[in-house]
Amino acid sequence: MFKMVENVLKNLVSKPATRNYPFDKREPFKDSRGHISGCDIDVCIFCGMCQRKCPANAIVVSKPEKSWEIDQFKCVICNACVEVCPKKCIFSSAEHKSAQSFKDKLKLVQASKPVEGAEQNA
Amino acid sequence: MSSTVIPFGPQHPVLPEPLHIKLVMEDERIVEAIPAIGYVHRGLEKLTETKEFTQNTFVVERVCGICSVMHAMAYCQGMEELMNIAIPDRAKFLRVIWAELHRMHSHLLWLGLLADAFGFESLFMQAWRNREKVMDIMEETCGSRVVISANIIGGTRRDLSKEQMVKINQIVDEIKEDLEQLESVFLNNYTVKHRLVGRGVLTKEDAVEYCTVGPMARASGISMDLRTTGYSAYGQLDFEPIIHSDGDNYARTYVRLHEIYQSVDLVKQAIAKIPEGEHVIPVKGVPPKGDVISRVEQPRGEVLYFMRGNGTKTLDRLRLRTPTFANIPSLLKMLPGSELSDVGMLILTIDPCISCTER
Repeated sequence: MFKMVENVLKNLVSKPATRNYPFDKREPFKDSRGHISGCDIDVCIFCGMCQRKCPANAIVVSKPEKSWEIDQFKCVICNACVEVCPKKCIFSSAEHKSAQSFKDKLKLVQASKPVEGAEQNA
Repeated sequence: MSSTVIPFGPQHPVLPEPLHIKLVMEDERIVEAIPAIGYVHRGLEKLTETKEFTQNTFVVERVCGICSVMHAMAYCQGMEELMNIAIPDRAKFLRVIWAELHRMHSHLLWLGLLADAFGFESLFMQAWRNREKVMDIMEETCGSRVVISANIIGGTRRDLSKEQMVKINQIVDEIKEDLEQLESVFLNNYTVKHRLVGRGVLTKEDAVEYCTVGPMARASGISMDLRTTGYSAYGQLDFEPIIHSDGDNYARTYVRLHEIYQSVDLVKQAIAKIPEGEHVIPVKGVPPKGDVISRVEQPRGEVLYFMRGNGTKTLDRLRLRTPTFANIPSLLKMLPGSELSDVGMLILTIDPCISCTER
């Protein structure tokens, strides 16, 4: 009985255990796997390791097109791609993604580099 | 007397998952229970045959969220045995720490659901408030709350720093303290006992006959805990399986509640004994031809993995039997003879995980 009173008083005085979520968000933990936020496309060598290791087939890499594409709705955020990337150019963000109203894929295309020596010839 | 058939589920407030049982009733008493499962079959076993053996770790984790660590642990242990890989000692201890944390959060979740099932809402909230502390440890150390993806073939993906271990030690102590306050409500409260004591009795003989596993078996007085076989680092830790002889709802609550204390103790032991060194070794090659069976104690009981390698990157077959699948026959044994108002509680006390069962 005494314990119960103690518990009741504690619950009356202390703050609620929950947060007023959409207005009051907790900071994400440092190494939390929130979502794959993108890829440094200028560094990417299009080896396709991330595509092969992805258990959800969410990543599509095209060497001829020089493109890297992720379907965030397929991604299971296991971070296997981040670990396997030889150039360490895939970024994982600690922040969780919020609700989306469109299903567009995140597609990054490397800008074609100017061919060396082309300018001098012109 | 003519009998009536009352369907339980597939949608029922006591369970978030679809389990359908046809209850053949005479008055308020059940005379027969006919199960129908298969509402959430996802074909994960077939999917593993198309993925590489390294990718399968992420697939098997998604068989069940609540025991994801143990699924990955069983799969990785099996593959390591098949490929003849000796993982570092530190990885074994790390696996134990995460597995025991998972057991704690699973049992706390179950205690909350139990309180919810007999309508004790404030107790449900207190249990889940406690559980949230474990979930925060998971996110801080592994990066995710439920499907933590801590295990890979060859070790673990992340290491624990000294500060993190000190923090885990503190938090599990807090959880133990908070749970000690709740314990008397779960085990000594008059109203709660009225719903638990003497309901759904499964005798020791029946438990043996129906191949019951996990806390269900231990609540019926069978000393069966796979952790005592000493897989991973359990061989170097000191513990005894928690046993109760009554075999009723109360006994199952008692066993699960005390297993949380046991997990707290195991986490603290593992942190004290963890050796320095590597936490993962690189894995080369592919699984050779051959079969392997791996068994691990999950919060709900024993999970069995069977893997057949064929010398390529993919497996020929992966078959898994989850604890709920093994416990459904004993549930069907318990149901006849009980009252309709007890059905929800009885089904809950086997700690059913239907998505596990149907994979």
